[in-house]
Amino acid sequence: MSFEPKIVGFLCNWCSYTGADLAGTARIKYSPNLRSIRVMCSGRIEPTFILKALYEGADGVLIAGCHPGDCHYQEGNYKALRRHRMLRMILPGFGIEPERVRLEWVAASEGERFATIVDEFTEEIRSLGPLKVRDSLEMVLSEDVILNLDTAMEEGGDANEA
Amino acid sequence: MAVRIGVYICHCGTNIAGKVDIAKVVEFAKGLENVSLVKDYKFMCSDPGQALLQKDVEDGLIDRVVVASCSPLMHENTFRKATERGGLNPYLFTMANIREQCSWVHIDSGQTTDKAKDLIAAAVRRAFLLEPLTKREVPINPRTVVIGGGIAGIQAALDLAEAGKKVVLVEREPSIGGHMSKFDKTFPTLDCSACILTPRMVSVGQHANIELMTYSEVEEVSGFVGNFNIRVRKKARYVDSELCNGCGACWEKCPGTRVPRKGNVHEKLSLGPTTPIYMPFMQAVPAIPVIDTETCLYFKDDKHACGLCAKECERGAIDYEMKDEIVEFEVGNIIIATGFQTFDPSVIKRYGYGEIENVMTALEFEIMNCASGSTGGKILKADGGVPGSIGIIHCVGSRDKHYHDYCSRVCCMYSLKYSHLIKEKTDAEVYEFYIDMRCFGKGYEEFYDRLLTEDVRFVRGKVAEVTDVPTCKAEEGKLIVKVEDTLIGNVRRIPLDMVILSTGLEGHATLREIAKKCSVSVGQDGFLIEKHPKLGPVSTATDGVFIAGACQSPKDIPDTVAQASAASSAVLSMITREKIEIESATAEVDEDKCSGCKLCNTLCPYLAVKFDEEKGVSVVNQALCKGCGTCVAGCPSGAISAKHFEDRQIFAEIEGIFSGL
Repeated sequence: MSFEPKIVGFLCNWCSYTGADLAGTARIKYSPNLRSIRVMCSGRIEPTFILKALYEGADGVLIAGCHPGDCHYQEGNYKALRRHRMLRMILPGFGIEPERVRLEWVAASEGERFATIVDEFTEEIRSLGPLKVRDSLEMVLSEDVILNLDTAMEEGGDANEA
Repeated sequence: MAVRIGVYICHCGTNIAGKVDIAKVVEFAKGLENVSLVKDYKFMCSDPGQALLQKDVEDGLIDRVVVASCSPLMHENTFRKATERGGLNPYLFTMANIREQCSWVHIDSGQTTDKAKDLIAAAVRRAFLLEPLTKREVPINPRTVVIGGGIAGIQAALDLAEAGKKVVLVEREPSIGGHMSKFDKTFPTLDCSACILTPRMVSVGQHANIELMTYSEVEEVSGFVGNFNIRVRKKARYVDSELCNGCGACWEKCPGTRVPRKGNVHEKLSLGPTTPIYMPFMQAVPAIPVIDTETCLYFKDDKHACGLCAKECERGAIDYEMKDEIVEFEVGNIIIATGFQTFDPSVIKRYGYGEIENVMTALEFEIMNCASGSTGGKILKADGGVPGSIGIIHCVGSRDKHYHDYCSRVCCMYSLKYSHLIKEKTDAEVYEFYIDMRCFGKGYEEFYDRLLTEDVRFVRGKVAEVTDVPTCKAEEGKLIVKVEDTLIGNVRRIPLDMVILSTGLEGHATLREIAKKCSVSVGQDGFLIEKHPKLGPVSTATDGVFIAGACQSPKDIPDTVAQASAASSAVLSMITREKIEIESATAEVDEDKCSGCKLCNTLCPYLAVKFDEEKGVSVVNQALCKGCGTCVAGCPSGAISAKHFEDRQIFAEIEGIFSGL
């Protein structure tokens, strides 16, 4: 069977998630390899989220935020840009191609653009092949992050009954 | 007691069920950890669909709710309310978007079903870690500040004041009135601008509910919806507004010059007195002059030798020692109505503005044409002669990828107005050089039709150059407009006496600054971004901040007034509510983990994170926090958490996506 990459997307609520929804409303078809997680702002996206996604099984991670100047929270997307640049620099140290983590600006009106980006990125990851060296990430991810829900489930739901 | 999650899968008719194998997804969901029940229904958003989950919550069968249906942007609120009606905290509900981002966008049914399963697994894992949040309500101060006293600000302020609400109107210029006060006539009805504007200005000045602050600028905005603190700098006028009665004795005797008295007609254009102590125009509100310290002899000269105006003023209103004054006040809502500025055409060198005499901007022409202006409304060449031919160049700075991509919406119409007025006042030949005629408003096309019968020459083509270098005798002493007449397919050289550049509209130079102060975004076109381009044209992403007029996009007067009234009624609906619910999903600092590095203080665009010197830790002001999470991601100690978007909730979603592997 041919390789079907798994891609995680972190989309900001105001522009990119809305843009992705618009692709849906307009019934624009794109590759089904992306699974998106909604955050309020691309500035919320921590490098750890991306590393965790790669560790758990993602072959690529897409970060999408509002275009420069359009951030709903004024400048969160610039923070995302800086963090993305930084992360790309350290990824080769773990044997991970920096191309596996892509940052894009998608406006709420850009459904078509969103679909094109997902298709292009999927093809790029497909040509890179599966990510094989996830275990190297254990060096940077703390035990809490690696186990996360397993720990929580062992503790039961009680911790949440605030 | 263990967590019990209820999963509800929506068919959405065939919108989801037509592509996603619901039966398979239901089976899959049943196998997920902590899931107590799984139900599927044709339309979850319908009353029976909502009742389904509401009853299960009421019956105590579940304590977390996952709905797999459309986008949360569509129905998150619907299901939150249903969850709450069942007696559960609405934040213990989450959604899986298996329509907009799944069934509608993929072709292969198997792959789409697999994706739906992953998204549901992610939502279920997230649901496990969700925590209840408390709703927050804040009272709304019934007073409003309107920033900008052009026609938009005037309209908005009057609407609110007439409704019995207090308004502070802040204007940076010495008088309210804005651009409209510079016009003689308005298109397409040609009614006199001053005749319709002046009464409104006077009403603003006299209204008991309006506090007018002219020659003032907003320095700082803090707070949040319902409770903003505004700090305004009232610039020193050097004239005591309590004492002055606007008699004009001061400027009549003033020996200085603010607007050059020598020079040609076009250089001397002015609406009000040309002296350093002046009123911007004679109908100014308030009718109180101001001293321009750059040109005033008293301020220029260290010995303060002049002082003539103080001697002339019978009421002793002149006060050279006056200082800027800082005023602070509280309001519940803000209306931004800072208007526009016109494009500076001197950057387009080939049009010769600022280099060649008799090339003028539209706004300069407005002032020259204005009955109360320095030429008394006469249309004159720079040398004082009457022009025999005038060209009007459209789209200067607009619809041009080098400057502004957008159409400025008013230039076609005011250009037509100029043609009509020129024809009315002179015998000049008039040329309009246009790309397309855009006459879209009420009575606009009819006005264009009328102009077609008034002997105006319309040339369709973008002007390449305006030059004063002649190539033949007929061109000597003339301005030559070089243009491709695209209707006849020829390049033409047209000799003219005067050229008017129909300059486009752009956001005011101070707009970015004011936008930043009010936490509103400026778009790529340089105008403020509204909440929704169609359904939220006067509100913004920041609650309690509204926009009106040309600060949002180029607009003519009717649209500006309509938007201003819309903004004031939006504010009124806020005030009437008295209280407003604000974001619950905010950031919070764990004081035990905070190292006090203050990194988060600088990351927050709303200045919501402040350092508590006493405790040595940073604290998030819950009222100011908008919940973007930028500080959370930036905290090196992991001390800040984003409620409802906590690290572990997001990690759980990631784990869920891959749980099927």
